Parts: sequence; structure tokens; C-alpha cells
Amino acid sequence: MSALEPTTPSAPQRARWAWRPYALTLPALLLLVTVIGYPLLTIVLRSLSEPQWGLQNYAWFFGAPVNLTVLQRTFTISAWVTVVCVLCAYPYAYLMTAVGPRVRLILVLCVLIPFWVSGVVRTLSWVILLQDSGVINSLLRSAGFDGVRLIRTQTGVVIGMAQVLLPFMILPLYSVMKGIDLRLVQAARSLGARPSRAFFTVYLPLSLPGVYAGAIIVFILALGFYITPALLGGPRSTMLSTLVQTQVLSLLQWGRGGAMGVVLLVATFVLLALAAPVMRSRHREAGRR
Amino acid sequence: MNPRAENRGAAIDLDTVSKAYGAFKALDGVSLRIEPGEFMTLLGPSGSGKTTTLNVVAGFTDVTSGQLLVGGKSVVGVPAHKRNIGVVFQHYALFPHMTVGRNVAYPLTLRGIAQDERKKRVARALDMVKMGDFAHRYPSELSGGQQQRVALARAIVFDPPLLLMDEPLGALDKKLREWLQLEIKRIHRELGTTFVYVTHDQEEALVLSDRIAVFNRGRIEQVGTGRQLYDEPATLFVGRFIGDSTVLRGEVKSDGTSTALTIAGETVSAPRRLAGEANPVMLLRPEKLAIRRPGQDAGGTNRLSGTIAEAIYLGSGSKYEVKLGDGSIAIVRSPLAGESFSLGEKIELCFDGADAKLLPDDSTADTTLT
Repeated sequence: MSALEPTTPSAPQRARWAWRPYALTLPALLLLVTVIGYPLLTIVLRSLSEPQWGLQNYAWFFGAPVNLTVLQRTFTISAWVTVVCVLCAYPYAYLMTAVGPRVRLILVLCVLIPFWVSGVVRTLSWVILLQDSGVINSLLRSAGFDGVRLIRTQTGVVIGMAQVLLPFMILPLYSVMKGIDLRLVQAARSLGARPSRAFFTVYLPLSLPGVYAGAIIVFILALGFYITPALLGGPRSTMLSTLVQTQVLSLLQWGRGGAMGVVLLVATFVLLALAAPVMRSRHREAGRR
Repeated sequence: MNPRAENRGAAIDLDTVSKAYGAFKALDGVSLRIEPGEFMTLLGPSGSGKTTTLNVVAGFTDVTSGQLLVGGKSVVGVPAHKRNIGVVFQHYALFPHMTVGRNVAYPLTLRGIAQDERKKRVARALDMVKMGDFAHRYPSELSGGQQQRVALARAIVFDPPLLLMDEPLGALDKKLREWLQLEIKRIHRELGTTFVYVTHDQEEALVLSDRIAVFNRGRIEQVGTGRQLYDEPATLFVGRFIGDSTVLRGEVKSDGTSTALTIAGETVSAPRRLAGEANPVMLLRPEKLAIRRPGQDAGGTNRLSGTIAEAIYLGSGSKYEVKLGDGSIAIVRSPLAGESFSLGEKIELCFDGADAKLLPDDSTADTTLT
């Protein structure tokens, strides 16, 4: 009736166009379905169907104590890597927020450059550094200390993995920290908080969303690590991915390898589900500004 | 200074305090005494040193030289968290991860005050700012005005003898600002604490303060009550900064008792003269000027011809900008009952020479203001 009417779409018209924004996700969805969804489905099916249909691969996995030990070790090592990454990344990310743009650029480059070097090369350099006659042990000995065993130990694996994964911790932490209003810390000081107290009551809680985001990324990436533990670790620091590789490539037991992959995936989801409530409440509070 | 106060406030003495950042002097020998319980406003344009002064008192900035006493004791070198001074910031600075109640309880928790007592004092402080029903909300759920009231409650809950406020109403709209000004005044009266208030808004300063210190370029130009600053400005800068004003500059002729200025061929005079060598200018308040049509009987001893350059209807009256012969602008306020004039109309500006303030010329006064 009015001249404006044609420009405001009727209800069915609007419904017809409502899906349009979602079309933007189509390329990503296609990629995910083909490179993640389909292989995942194959793995699950193979774990249940090879050599014949049934749960025999899972029975095998949970029946062999060594598998459970390796599974537990995988989670322990990943947890340690996450802790080391938090401790190293936190002050580094804070420094990135505190310096001028030029120094910040250098700090960002220091984080990113290792990304541009192949993981194998980086891990091999750790072999040189950590081995019994390597740089670290030579320095320790020339300083009069006893040498320490680093290569082919869990410590060595944790060090090497933490170095590779550190950027995944620093970047989310930095992006949260740069949004924290430092004047809040000043306000805390004026209310009577000494510097350490102001940090623990104001700055730290506000930075926790960054810690959680980084920790989840690092932890999950660490669970699936293959090259670093294979090259730096010994038989006592084998992680699950190494076992998978042995089953699939050496023994051609695709079903067993698939079962291990599924177990790791499910265990990860369970752990995340347990951690989610804590993180969500913290995240909600800190998000209020 | 403040008869209402039960002397719970602390006195502040700034003695030739300077703060330099490299070659730039943010504070250049500032001396100021603030009496216990007084409401002192530090007024000035941005970069004049008023906020630096506040930060020095709060302990956020250390002084380059000079002495600073709070309650008679030197606090130079004392860190901010040991000064026991309340601070309210323009940006509220409420902790976003804590509820209103926990924000206000924060300084009490730091002081190890038991929970019962803490609850009582938080409730009292929130009631004082009329935010008693909001203790369980988060700051992000409050409006700007509400957040600032909570920030105020947090700054007074630990009974500091001194409260510093750094443009606390700067981010709020005019109506809310005017209402909160009265609230702040009431709270000051009830607490008897010394208040130091920083603003660049001269109207706000006039509404709130017992006394005002006018800052310019890292120095204090004048300290006094609003009336003193308006009626008897010590410098051209103060005269221009407080209230509307008209500055007349011209060729000066001065004898023993009076000063005459010739502006574009017309001469006006004031029955006074300026001591010293400085070049005098005349400063006139808008209500001391009157507009007449040429030939009309005027009243007032001086007249200057001009044209109406702008006519502004204010509701309670009208404000005119009059362009004088030398191109300068005079500001005139006339009551509603008076005649009205139209744009471009040729008129005469009249004033009594006794109402003109003679001040030494200061070419920087205009540039600093803009």
C-alpha cells in the first residue's frame, strides 16, 4: 500500500534469504568434511571392522597394560608441556604488551620465526643441544656440575615439545593481555594493594581467558605429537602417536591404529568436558568490562 | 575553610613541586595549600598540569623536586598503596571480574577487615551513593553514571582522609553530570573529607568548589573562590578561562588615575591604572555590557560602535556577539525583557568604566584556550 512496502521483505521472503550468511562457511565446511570428517569416519569404521566386525581392537587396546601406560604418559607429558608453556609464555606475552611497537615487532618475530623452520630441523637441533655430549651438558661440565641425562628422557621430550608449541601459548595470551586496562592495576594500588597483590587480584584473573585458550590449544596439539617424542624420546617416553605409527606402518594393523586414535579423541573430549565448567565461569567474569 | 567538616580531612601542602619529563616541565614550581575538609578544584586546559598534580598527590607520579605533605607528613617517595588516599578516575576503573559488592569490599579486604564489619561498611558506602540494590551486579551491567557512583563508593569505603577525583564526570552527558555534581557536593558535606577535584570545565568548578586553583602551563595562575576568580581575576588567562569575557585591546593612554584605550578611533576609559610596565587590556563580563541602538540614551560612561555578529537565544535571556571596529568580538548577555536585536544591526556597546578590569596583556592566554 505504502511506497515503502516493496523494500521491506515479507516474512516468507526473509526466511528464504536467512540461510545466506551461512553460505559464507561453505568453503571451510567442505574442506573440513573432506580432510577431517571423511578420514575420521574411515578410522572409526576400520577400528570396528578390521580384521572383522566387532570390538576386538578395543579389547586388545585395553587388554595390554603397555597401551594404558603409554596413554597415561601421553596425557602426563602433554600436561607438563602445557605447564612449561604457560610459565614461559606468561612473562613473555606481558613484556609484549609493555614495550613500544618496535621492540614488540622484534618479540613477535622471535615467536614466529621458529614457525618458518621445519619441525624436523628444530627437533634435530634439540638433539644436538640435549645429547649427552651436547651443548648443555658441555656447559654444565665446564661449570663444574655433573652432566644430566636429557636426551631420550621425558624431560627432553617436554623441553623440545614446549619449544615447538610455545607460540600457540604466547599469541592467545598476548591478544588477551593487550586488552587488559593497566589503569585497573593503578586503581588497585590506590586502594591499598601492593604490586604483587594488585597482580594476583586484578591482572592475573583478567588474563586467565588467554591462559585457558592457549592451554587448550597447546595441550591438544601435544597429545598428537609424533616427530619430537620420536626423535628426542627413548622407549620410556613413547607417546601414543608412536604406537599408532608402529601398528599401522610396521604391523599393518589398521584396525588397532584406528582404535587408538578413537580412544585418544574420546579421552580428549572427556577431559575438555571436565575442564569446561571452570573455564566458562572464569571466562564469563573476565569478559565483563 | 570548611565549617561543616569535623576535621576528618587531611591538609595538603605542595611546596614548589616540579615534575619534568626531559625538557618538558609538566609542573613548574607549584605551591598550594589545601585546608582539611576543603573542596579544592584544580582547573585548567589539558596539559596545564592539573592531572599531573593529582597523580603526584596520589603517588602515581614522583616529583622531580619540591616537597609534598599530606596531613603534615611528607609523602615524597611513599608508594601509592601506602598513602591511604581515595582516587576516582574518569574511566571508572572498576574491576570487571568482580561484582559491585566485591569491588567496594576490595580496599577493606586488603586492610584485613573482618567480614561482618566489611559487609556493614560496603552497604553503608553503597547506600551513600544510592547504589545499595546493585551489590550483586557486574560493572558491565551498569550505566556510566552508576559505575562512577560505585567507583566513588569504593574510594570512600575505607575512610581515607583525602579523596582525589580526576575528571570523574567527563564521560557522562550533561544532565547526569549536573545531577552527580550535586551528589558529590552532598557526599563531601556528609564526609568532611578533603576533596581534590580535577576538571577542565569551569562551570563544574564553580558549582562544586570551596576554592579553585587555575592551572596554566605547569603553573598555578591564581587560587581563590569562584567569585574571587570571576570578579577579580589576577591574570588575563584566569579572566578568559572563568566565565565569558570580552577583551578590549587598543592604543593605551594612561595618566595618574585612569587608563584610556583607543580602539579603531573610539576611546574608552577606566578610572584605574595598572602598576608596572605591562601593556594593559580591559576585561569585561557579559552582564556588565549593554547594547543600545545609536542615539538612544545609554547609561554607562563608555560606548563603542559595532554590529551584531551572532544572536543566541538561551531561554533565560539572550547572548549576543558584537563585532567591534577593530574586528574583535564582544560577548553581551541581555535579559529576556530587554529589546532584541537582529543580525547585522549597527548598535552601540555601553559599559561603565568602573566595571572594566585592567589586566596585563598576555598573548598566550588566547592560544592556550583553543
